[in-house]
Amino acid sequence: MALDDRKRAFKVVGTRVPRPDGIDKVTGRALYGADMSAPGMLHGAILRSPHAHARIRAIDTSRAEALPGVKAVVTSADFCRAKHSFNQDALDHCMAREKALYDGHAVAAVAATSKSAARAALELIAVEYEVLPHVTEIEDALKPDAPVVQEDRRARNAPEGTHPNVTHVVSFGHGDLEAGFARADRVIERSFRTAATHQGYIEPHACLASVTPDGRGELWCCTQGHYYVRELCADFLGMDTSQLRVTASEIGGGFGGKTTVTIEPVALALSRKAGRPVKLVMSRDEVFRASGPTVSSWSDIKIGMTRDGRITAAQAMLRYQGGAFPCGTVELGAMSAFAAYDLEAVRADGINVMTNRPRQAAYRAPGAPMAIYAVESTVDELCQELGLDPLEVRLKNAARKGTKSAYGPTFDDIGLVATLEAAKAHPHYAAPLCPNQGRGLSCGFWFNFGGNTCVTLNLDADGTVGVTEGNPDIGGSRASISMMAAEELGIPYDKVRTIVADTASLGFNDVTDGSRVTFAVGLATIEAARDMIRKMCARVAKIWDIDEEAVIWEDGCARPAGPNAGDFEPMSIAEIAAIANKTGGPIAGHHEVNADGAGVSFGVHLVDVEVDPETGHTKILRYTVFQDAGKAVHPDYVEGQMQGGAVQGIGWALNEEYIYGEDGRLQNPGFLDYRIPVASDLPKIDTVILEIPNPGHPYGVRGVGETSIVPPLAALSNAVARAIGARLHELPMSPPRILQALKG
Amino acid sequence: MQFAAPRSASEAAALLQAEPGDARVLAGGSDLLVQMKSGALRPDLLVDIKRIPGLDAITAEDGGFRLGAAVPGARLGEHAGVRALWPGVVEAVELIGSTQVQGRATVAGNLCNASPAADAVPALVAADAVARVFGPRGERDCPVSDIPVGPGRNSLAKGEFVASILLPARPKRAADAYLRFIPRTEMDIAVASAGVSLVLDEDGRCTRARIALGAVGPKVLLAEEAAHCLIGTKLEDAALAAMAEACSALASPIDDKRGTVAFRKQVVGVLAKRAAKIAQDRAGGTK
Repeated sequence: MALDDRKRAFKVVGTRVPRPDGIDKVTGRALYGADMSAPGMLHGAILRSPHAHARIRAIDTSRAEALPGVKAVVTSADFCRAKHSFNQDALDHCMAREKALYDGHAVAAVAATSKSAARAALELIAVEYEVLPHVTEIEDALKPDAPVVQEDRRARNAPEGTHPNVTHVVSFGHGDLEAGFARADRVIERSFRTAATHQGYIEPHACLASVTPDGRGELWCCTQGHYYVRELCADFLGMDTSQLRVTASEIGGGFGGKTTVTIEPVALALSRKAGRPVKLVMSRDEVFRASGPTVSSWSDIKIGMTRDGRITAAQAMLRYQGGAFPCGTVELGAMSAFAAYDLEAVRADGINVMTNRPRQAAYRAPGAPMAIYAVESTVDELCQELGLDPLEVRLKNAARKGTKSAYGPTFDDIGLVATLEAAKAHPHYAAPLCPNQGRGLSCGFWFNFGGNTCVTLNLDADGTVGVTEGNPDIGGSRASISMMAAEELGIPYDKVRTIVADTASLGFNDVTDGSRVTFAVGLATIEAARDMIRKMCARVAKIWDIDEEAVIWEDGCARPAGPNAGDFEPMSIAEIAAIANKTGGPIAGHHEVNADGAGVSFGVHLVDVEVDPETGHTKILRYTVFQDAGKAVHPDYVEGQMQGGAVQGIGWALNEEYIYGEDGRLQNPGFLDYRIPVASDLPKIDTVILEIPNPGHPYGVRGVGETSIVPPLAALSNAVARAIGARLHELPMSPPRILQALKG
Repeated sequence: MQFAAPRSASEAAALLQAEPGDARVLAGGSDLLVQMKSGALRPDLLVDIKRIPGLDAITAEDGGFRLGAAVPGARLGEHAGVRALWPGVVEAVELIGSTQVQGRATVAGNLCNASPAADAVPALVAADAVARVFGPRGERDCPVSDIPVGPGRNSLAKGEFVASILLPARPKRAADAYLRFIPRTEMDIAVASAGVSLVLDEDGRCTRARIALGAVGPKVLLAEEAAHCLIGTKLEDAALAAMAEACSALASPIDDKRGTVAFRKQVVGVLAKRAAKIAQDRAGGTK
């Protein structure tokens, strides 16, 4: 679906209307996953492996089952085999089958009449483990004698002799690297490491499941995609998808981490066995040990540059670990690594390595931040060595319309150059700095996604409109969707209400991911509104007894046009709605689509830091985000996405990390020692929204949710390097590491 | 689990003494309840001391202040007298947890919980505060530095609890300060910390100094040699550098998820130096 031809003056889109979930959220009335309850409900609890790697020889649940109040105990034996290996991995992550693959891996679960009975029952489950050697770090997992995390999972395209822990081997690029490096005046090669980080959503995973003896299921859960939850759970329980209805609660953050299942199949299995509804709520400790996180990485970058700043060749070798299962995130890293550059010779290789860590979940632009951190740090070091302005070098090499991207496609209209120009013109870039301060810059990129989408609009008798869509609202989509419906229909925003339907009420919708919702659901909403307009015009044509084509829609009214112009008084949407039941019945609009043309997104971040030379503490002084939104439907939300991504990236760059002990156990499964930034750590994150219309959306909308987490890692690293005169090649840049670097 | 809320100190001591299992004292509960919720502790008896008369009061005593064991930390910051006399103790208490936590957490609890990283403890040790311990055999006074003996362990005998803490009087031209290092700016736990208390003479020369270091050993460390480096000086750069070096030398930290040995040893000296400058300034020594 293409950008509308006509230049339009938006009336609703682009304004800052009140958010529809605001009152509920600030008054505590919003219903999150753990707020759901049902009569006769049981409380579930999960027994988790204390070992990083262990064969499960036997599980004896008899003593737990005998405990008063216990109504069901389940293990992997209570689930079906999944349809294919990807689904089986998702199931095995929820409940260990033959081996416990990481510290915190679920091995059994109970449902009981009270939380304390459920907890007591866990202690009565006897698991016989055969503890196996474990491996949690990428380097170690690649050593010849490293423990094999799962047998027979080596990538089919891996060269002979590749370690069995390597599950993916990917490669992208074009051009003659050797010739490119030969043309360079300076070539540098650097290695980088990034730690695994957690999405850090405030709301732990929670759900309420109810399976009746006739095999029907109901599931309420906090998720980014309840259709996908339904598909997986139905598979694992051997149910028809139509017999399982999933309703998404309000969501207290997801950032990609709630795009799969964690506890939902377990709650359903417990409910089926107990014959009663079961609520399961994860603790924060469980969230850290057994959900999320993102991948950790170890990457080598080689870039050649001429004296005047033209990149002649660029090469990357990325090694990611995404936990104890095959994980394709490295492919997205290899594709995005050099996306910001127009390169004649480029190659990005990647491998994924299994380790004894939890199965990674998507995290905001999955795979891109760590790859682009490595690339943008190397480019910055070249700029320093050659005495070049880092912004000018980005401009000189920037991808633009017509550039053949490093991952294959040729770019259409993209906003990178405009975004760089905006950063260059901004007062931030020229502001003076004091001693111990440094300024860092980085580009960022994300593909964005469209995907399967289904939307229905219903015209109510009073002329107001209900929009039914199927994507949990994690970033303000209900407001944006209502705004686009109102815009199209020519009615005020407050005459539209958007709800997120359950899986039985609307056709399939892809997960809320890939920054897809405002783009794809917005696009479907616009089309559904146009469908409704056509029906309203047809209805009015019938009333006026003129041709359908002679009725047009303008400012929320049907008007006679062409030869009939002026013959009839316009009919408003309210007037049409009032008599709909007498003129042919209810009026609704609908659209379903597998949306293409999401339109890639670029961003540029500028940051000033000050490093305390005696303690290695980094203070963020100033931060500005420049990002192309295509068209900002609700600028508050767009700015919120830009700020939120920047803040998560700041945490990733400075302090957040999964720390494993020698015993393979996670050392910091809590917010005290897993340090996300607190409000007082941050200045106001300034934002500059660019609007370079996406040719693939009627209003030009691009997804904005993910790009913003990509640049902060390198922006911070580059700023710290310039502040202290030494470069760290590892994240997080915690104070001990900075102090170490300062000592040389 | 039993819960008791006695109305007298002797009743509390008797209850604690009589329990054959794990008996715990509950004041603010900001450490105890968290440990119970996580499953790390499963006490057989909780003795809530908040209803014992007098334990909820801050009272003036011999030019200093006695803090009842049930006084929440937030009350210190609201007490003009304590603020003026021991600003370093108050600023340490105001770093514990968060504003909400300070509404419950007590100074005595922070001491008895015996975390090496406890914020109030280095400031109390620097202040030479004295704990009044109540037990089955009555009262005894004990320097606060002798209460914690190692991570999570204190020196209190069966049946004993800290009933109050005395912040002593001090001369004019004296002040204290407390600093900790955390990677963030709040809601965190000290990676290293230092409390410094100074007395200056009319010329601004340091006549007495007490320096206590946190999170760099199994318990709070009193850095006597470091303090000695300041005596007779006006905290000139050389004196401060010697003092910082002595702090670093004394520190015996561990490597853990919060920091490294090298980092903690260096930073604890930096903190002591900076805290000393603040204390000097507060004592009027830079005017």
